[in-house]
Amino acid sequence: MSEISPGLDLAKADQLIERHEKDATTVFGFWVYLMTDCVLFASLFATFAVLRNNTFGGPSGATLFSLPYALAETLALLTSSFTCGLALLAAQAKRKTQTLVWFMITFGLGLTFLVLELSEFHKFVAMGDSWRRSGFLSAYFTLVGTHGLHITIGLLWMVVMMLFIYKRGLNRLSLKRIRMLSMFWHFLDVVWIFIFTIVYLFGALHA
Amino acid sequence: MSNVAKMSKTLVSEHQPEQAKFKSYIIGFIASLALTMSAYFITYYHVSGGRALLFGALSVLALSQFLIQLFFFLHVGREFPPRYKLMITSFMILVVLILVGGSLWIMHSLNGRVMPSTNQMVKYMNSQDNL
Repeated sequence: MSEISPGLDLAKADQLIERHEKDATTVFGFWVYLMTDCVLFASLFATFAVLRNNTFGGPSGATLFSLPYALAETLALLTSSFTCGLALLAAQAKRKTQTLVWFMITFGLGLTFLVLELSEFHKFVAMGDSWRRSGFLSAYFTLVGTHGLHITIGLLWMVVMMLFIYKRGLNRLSLKRIRMLSMFWHFLDVVWIFIFTIVYLFGALHA
Repeated sequence: MSNVAKMSKTLVSEHQPEQAKFKSYIIGFIASLALTMSAYFITYYHVSGGRALLFGALSVLALSQFLIQLFFFLHVGREFPPRYKLMITSFMILVVLILVGGSLWIMHSLNGRVMPSTNQMVKYMNSQDNL
């Protein structure tokens, strides 16, 4: 922090430390929220694991899912997680334009992921394999749809964040929010690792 | 602890050299890519015979990617003590294991005890007029 210089008066230093610790507490609180969100996903994963073979004469995962398609979704989300980290680094180095560019790339990749996921959903529903078809499909749409909903919220948040950075620059408040947004985005990528493995890869092996 | 010492400690943990942080993201990204691609290819080409082995390999790949992203992207376990972030993450993992493991255990056990065999079920359904 460049404000600290040898001649600084102590009252101001105390104030800075206090603010810094307050921000750290807020970011930690957000991490606690993310961990409770894991419990939501864990219950959906458990439901999916229990219902995965209850196809009720409908299609199973092996006949329904296309592995290259799922891989494309995974690569889009993984790369967006990486570029989101680079956006945070640029923000911490106070490089405004670079931060905005990385966030735009992250947003583009995130949107690509969401469009891929929604067109997959659309294809299934159009074939008559919606969530009403079987227990397996109900569990599938609930689990993957909840993740997609989180991605949608993350994308909206990113738009708001970019506008905020553009208007107000990289101040203490925007840095705190960027840290939480990047945590949220990395977290969604972590959840997707398990969706990719348990839903798509395990689904292909169950054939 | 004096405030100055406190501050320098916070600053060290959150403002480590930018290059080190950049390197951490690069390592995390390359490792995640490698793990994703290997998981994909062993599934796509059904490498190795045994299915149990394949499920095991995929689980190990997913878990290592989980740990890599926690460490390199989310910086869990890289803070100074007391490591509250690491503590709460470990607790989350415990809760998830109990929740998922417990559900599967209970449902599997119920499946084995309660579900009649298909023949019995068809007989029962035929004996009921309204089914």
